[in-house]
Amino acid sequence: MQIDMYKGVWVFAEQREGKLLDVSLEILGEGRKIADKLGQELAAVLLGHKVAPLAEELAAYGADRVYVADAPVLKVYRNDAYSPVIEALINRHKPAIFLIGGTSTGMDLAPRVAAKVNTGLSAHCVGLGVDEGGCLRAQVPAFGGSIMASIACPKHRPQMATVRPGFLKKPEKTNRKAVVENIKVDITEKDVRTKVIEVFSEEPTTKPLEQAETIVAGGYGIGSKENWKMLEELAAVLGGSVGATRPACDEGWAVQEEQMIGQSGKTVRPNLYIGAGISGIIHHLIGIQDSKVIVAINRDAGAPIMKAADYAIVADFRQIVPALIEEFKKLKKQ
Amino acid sequence: MRPLNMIVCIKPVPDSRYWDKLSLDPKTKTLRREGIPIVISPLDTNAIEEALRIREARGGKVTVISMGPANTVEILAWAFALGVDDAVLLTDRAFAGADTLATAYSLASGIKKIGEFDLILLGNESLDGSTGQVGPQVAEFLNIPSVTSVNKIDFVNEDTLRVRSKIEHGYMLIETRLPVALAVVKEINEPRIPSVFGALWATEKVAKQWSAGDVGVDKDRIGLGGSPTYVPDVSNIELQRRGEVLKGEPAEIARQLVEKLRADGVLPEI
Repeated sequence: MQIDMYKGVWVFAEQREGKLLDVSLEILGEGRKIADKLGQELAAVLLGHKVAPLAEELAAYGADRVYVADAPVLKVYRNDAYSPVIEALINRHKPAIFLIGGTSTGMDLAPRVAAKVNTGLSAHCVGLGVDEGGCLRAQVPAFGGSIMASIACPKHRPQMATVRPGFLKKPEKTNRKAVVENIKVDITEKDVRTKVIEVFSEEPTTKPLEQAETIVAGGYGIGSKENWKMLEELAAVLGGSVGATRPACDEGWAVQEEQMIGQSGKTVRPNLYIGAGISGIIHHLIGIQDSKVIVAINRDAGAPIMKAADYAIVADFRQIVPALIEEFKKLKKQ
Repeated sequence: MRPLNMIVCIKPVPDSRYWDKLSLDPKTKTLRREGIPIVISPLDTNAIEEALRIREARGGKVTVISMGPANTVEILAWAFALGVDDAVLLTDRAFAGADTLATAYSLASGIKKIGEFDLILLGNESLDGSTGQVGPQVAEFLNIPSVTSVNKIDFVNEDTLRVRSKIEHGYMLIETRLPVALAVVKEINEPRIPSVFGALWATEKVAKQWSAGDVGVDKDRIGLGGSPTYVPDVSNIELQRRGEVLKGEPAEIARQLVEKLRADGVLPEI
């Protein structure tokens, strides 16, 4: 593989029902920075049906060029339809870097595309950069410890990475204009081995955790569904939401899709985060690091979350949480 | 309905209870697993369970395949105890240090050597790496369709199935045909635990062990050398804050905290 022939940064512009996903704009912002650093072009890759109007929006968020593949067969995402179109596009235009949002679609699409073009893919990145040689460095937290692995793909192109939604900031809109290139789609319904019978999606009625100003979170140390109610009560008094670690979700105390905070869950940015019964492995901490103030309640003064907190309360949450509820209730009365 | 040949890809992962004892090899930047007990990656047990249920419903054969050092036979013995018919371990120093692409290529090569298959099942992501990449990549190397995040599998007829794939705040119902690779999530089923009979059955069964040469893989595409990605650098993340310790009686701590939060300007309006 002659890697010098591969130039430019690409971003997969994911849309659902004609609307661009925020994560695509987030990675466009990061892609713009990388492209500028490399002195190369930033292109968005847009697939769907009747999606051409989105090209303008992609330009406004940073794309120099937008490749549009518009066909009925691409209306709803299917791996079997999308991956060959992207494979052909990569082989023709040879991008150096290809970034994809880590949504259900992105996590399904990226590995297949990477296998088709025989290249490396880093998963669930929380940060991106380029080294002195102009190679992509993807930051991925590893091994449940306090380790950040930097992953490189030196000899294969494009260098691919999926990026967790919500980790990068959405850029400001500009009045940039892009060159729009329409791609001829050769795939027909006959070539696709999967059929979508139904898509069901319902926006949750509760405010998403990402937007909560106050979050009370619990981990495995909470111990029971009964104890978990204490956290829910504290959150209710504060007008906040309840978050959870993966083990707490595994125990069935919280709903993973809505409440799990961390590298493979949600990134939250509350004013106030209160964590109880959480040891604080890096996968969780990385999801709360943008909180304005972090309060940790843990019996173990040496738990990793205590160092990562502004206020560390070394005590049993079963005594502290009720006391906090009392104290906040007093405030409410004032 | 005709019986099915099913293959379940399972991954040995370090038992999470021992994660604090893991270390990185400073030279290869890969995980040192010596001395750490291994278990089947949890979602892979859901994949085994689903295969066993399909076998119970329509007959067939369940073969598990894994890749790893010799001690990986421990998790294959567990799979036998659960009731799988056959087990294959790809084990060779040449396989070591593989990233997802090299792993998927190796597993797909092993599956081709096993022979005929109708259905490939895997856990949606592993406990340790959690990339979720190997399933779709195995399918790509086998040139069969794949569906990820599957929480329900129903056969419509002999060769057609409808699977429910989880998406954000909902699901997609997808119809596809055998052969297909499905990556399953936790809520698809409740994995069984081995019975006494299963444990006895396991003692009679021996996993096949295949080297890179046995499988006939392209040596440039396996192991560390065949992996496009590598880890040039690992660092400790510093997520340190002031860590001010609050002490005293619970009520006193609560009072202190409220004062401090007010001073910080983060007390919610309640």
